Amino acid sequence: MPEVTYRQALHDTLRDEMLRDENVFLMGEEIGVFEGSYKITAGLLQEFGAKRVRDAPIAEEGFVGAAIGAAMLGLRPVVEIMTINFILLAMDQIINHAAKIHYMFGGQSRVPMVIRTPGGGGQQLAATHSQNPEVWFAHTPGLKVVAPSTPADARGLLKASIRDDDPVLFLENLALYNTKGEVPEDRPDDVLPIGVADVKREGSDITIISYSRMAAVAMHVAEQLASEDGIKAEVIDLRSLRPLDRATIVDSVRKTNRAVVFEEDWRAYGIGAEVAATIQEHAFDHLDAPVRRIAAAEVPLPYAKNMELAALPTGQHLVDAVHATLDASGGVRGNGRSNGSKGQRSASRG
Amino acid sequence: MSKKSDKTAAAERPAKGATRSAGRNGQAERAEAKAKQANGTAPKYDLRNVSESAETLIGFYRQMLLIRRFEETTGEMYTRAKIGGYCHLNLGEEATIVGTMSALELRDYVFTNYREHGYILARGVDPKLIMAELFGKEAGVSKGRGGSMHLFDVESGFLGGYAIVGGQLPPATGAALAITYRGSDEVVLCQMGDATTNIGAFHESLNIAQLWKLPVIFLIVNNLYGMGTTVERASAVAELYRKACAYDMRSERVDGNDVLAVRDATRRAVEHARKESLPTLLEAVSYRFRGHSVVDPARYRPEEEVKHWRNLDPVMALAHGLREAGLIDEAGIKQIDDEINAIVVDAVRFADETPAPKPEELFTFDYATDVPNVDRSLPGDHTGITQDG
Repeated sequence: MPEVTYRQALHDTLRDEMLRDENVFLMGEEIGVFEGSYKITAGLLQEFGAKRVRDAPIAEEGFVGAAIGAAMLGLRPVVEIMTINFILLAMDQIINHAAKIHYMFGGQSRVPMVIRTPGGGGQQLAATHSQNPEVWFAHTPGLKVVAPSTPADARGLLKASIRDDDPVLFLENLALYNTKGEVPEDRPDDVLPIGVADVKREGSDITIISYSRMAAVAMHVAEQLASEDGIKAEVIDLRSLRPLDRATIVDSVRKTNRAVVFEEDWRAYGIGAEVAATIQEHAFDHLDAPVRRIAAAEVPLPYAKNMELAALPTGQHLVDAVHATLDASGGVRGNGRSNGSKGQRSASRG
Repeated sequence: MSKKSDKTAAAERPAKGATRSAGRNGQAERAEAKAKQANGTAPKYDLRNVSESAETLIGFYRQMLLIRRFEETTGEMYTRAKIGGYCHLNLGEEATIVGTMSALELRDYVFTNYREHGYILARGVDPKLIMAELFGKEAGVSKGRGGSMHLFDVESGFLGGYAIVGGQLPPATGAALAITYRGSDEVVLCQMGDATTNIGAFHESLNIAQLWKLPVIFLIVNNLYGMGTTVERASAVAELYRKACAYDMRSERVDGNDVLAVRDATRRAVEHARKESLPTLLEAVSYRFRGHSVVDPARYRPEEEVKHWRNLDPVMALAHGLREAGLIDEAGIKQIDDEINAIVVDAVRFADETPAPKPEELFTFDYATDVPNVDRSLPGDHTGITQDG
C-alpha cells in the first residue's frame, strides 16, 4: 500500500467521489481559485470547473444553509469550513435545520451533505482560532460526527460521509494534514462504516480512548509505554463521535479494568465525559480505578507560546495519567508496579 | 393623522409596477406615496373588464375562503386544546397567499416561515392532513413530528415551514442553486415576515442569490409588525423592498390585499427567475387580523388601525367585487360558503379521529441512513449498547 499524507488522502478521496457521482460538488471559502486554505482542494477547480468547485463568499450561514437546500433537492454538497471556529456562524443552519429536517418533516426529505472542517490548537492562533467544539455537534441528534486520525481512516470515512444520506460533520485537524500513513488503493469496498470505533492497538493493562489528532499522539505514547515500561495499553480510536461506539469502549474496559480518555477539547461536558459515563454505566464492576480524563485547561486559549503549552494536553500528560491509574490499581499484571518512569514524568512536565 | 396610523401607509399598491432598483424612487416620490398610503386603499375590484375568467376568479375566492375558515377553526381548536405549542394564523393574509401561490406551477418549490398553514393549503394539500398535523397525528403532513410551524409536503414541492426567523432563506437559496446545477427551470419561492429583513441570513442569502444568479423569489409578507414591534421600530428602512438595492436585485412592492395584483407581481418575478435565472425581492403589504400567535391579544395595535384594516378584508373585498361584476350571486356565495365549511368540519373530524403516532416509533426518522451504534435508549435507560444484552 502506498503511503500518503492525510491531506493527500482527503484530496484524492474528494476527487474519486466527484468522478464517481456528478451530484457531488464542493463549496466553501477559497477552495477554488485559491486552492483551499490548507490546499485540500488543490487542482480540483481546473479539473472539474466552477460548477463543481464553488467558491463561496464569507457567509457561513448563507452557504452552509445553501448546501442544505441543495441536498434536499438531491445533490451531495461537500462544504469546507476554513476552521471549525468559523462554523459557529452557521450553527443555526446546522443545528436547527440540517439536523432536524429529516426527522421533523416525517422522513420526507434527506439532507445528504458533508461539512469538512479542521479543529485543533497549538499554533499560537489564540482564543478564537484554536477551539475544539466538536462535542456541540456530537450532542445533537440528527447529525453524524466523524473524526479520523489516519490517512486511511480519513479516506474511508470521507467516502462513507459523502455517500451517507444524513448531514455529517467531518472533523479534520490542522496538525494531522502532514502526517503520513498507508492508504489502500481505490477500491469499491474501502468505505469505512460511520459509528464504529477502531482498536488501533491491542493491550491488556489499560484502555486509552481518543480520537482525531490525540488518537495519533496516543499511539506514540502507547509505543513508548510498551518499550520503556512494558505497559500494554489498548488504544481505541473512536473515529465516530456520533454515533458513539460504546460497545467497543466497554468491551475493552471489561478486559483491562482501567481507562484514560485523551481529548483536545475542554474537559467539562466534553467527549471524555460521555465516554466516562458510558464506562460507569456498563463496566462499573470491572473498574479498578477511576476513569481519568486528559483534556484542555478551561481557558480561552492564550497566545503566548508558554501559556498555550500550559493549557493544551500533551503526550506526557497521558503518560502520567496511565501511570497514576496503574499505580492506583495494583500496577501492570504480572509485571509488578509500574513505578519505573516516575523520574521521567517529573522531568518532562511543562 | 397620528404617527401611529402612518403604519397603514405600507398598504399602497405599487403604481409603477416592477422597479428594477428601488433606489430610483426619489425622496419626494416616496413622501408622496407615503401620504397617499395613509388613507389606506381597499382593493376596489372592478372585475367587469378583467381578462380573467369567472372560473379563475371564483377559484381564488374559494381558496381564500378556505384559508379564512381553516384558520378561524384552527384558532378555535387551539383554545379547545386540540392543538398545542405555538400556532400562527394567516387570517388577513389570504390574498397574498393565493396570489403568490397561483403564480407558481406544481413543479416549483415553496419554503416558508412558521405562519404557513395557508400556503400549504394553497398548494393543494388535503386540509384533513394539515389539520391532522396540527392535532399531532400520524396522518399529518409531517407525521405528527413537526406541528403547526413545521408543515411539509414533498409531493407538492412545499419544502417546509421553518420556525427560526430567517432559517428558511439559506436552504431556499440552495434549492435554487440545485435547480441551476441540474439545468432545469423550476423556481423557488421563499416567504418570510417583515422582521426577517433585519437578520443576517436575509442579507447573506440575497447576496448569494444575486451573485450566483439563482431563480428564487424572496417574498416578504409585511404585516406591519414583527411580533409586537412595528416595522419602523425594527428596520432602518421601512420600505422593505428597497433593501434589494444593496444587492442590485430586482424588487417590487405590492398591495397584499389585492389577489390579482399579487398574482401579477409574482408572475413577473417568476418570469424573471424562470427565463433569466435571477432573483426578485417581492414585498406584499397585508395585515394579520389576530395577534402574532393565537395566544397574543395584540394590545400593542391601536383599535382604529385594526378597524381600518378589517375594513380592507381581502376575502370580503373579492366577494364584493365578484357580486358587483355579476360573476356570482348570493346563492353562489352561500353555496361556496357551505362547501368550504363542510371541508373544514371534515378536516377537524378526521384530525380528531385519526390516531396519534406510536411511541414505539420515536426513533423511526432519526437517520435516513442507518449506521451501527445509534443510541435509541429512552430517558430512563442507560445509554444503549446493542451487544450488551
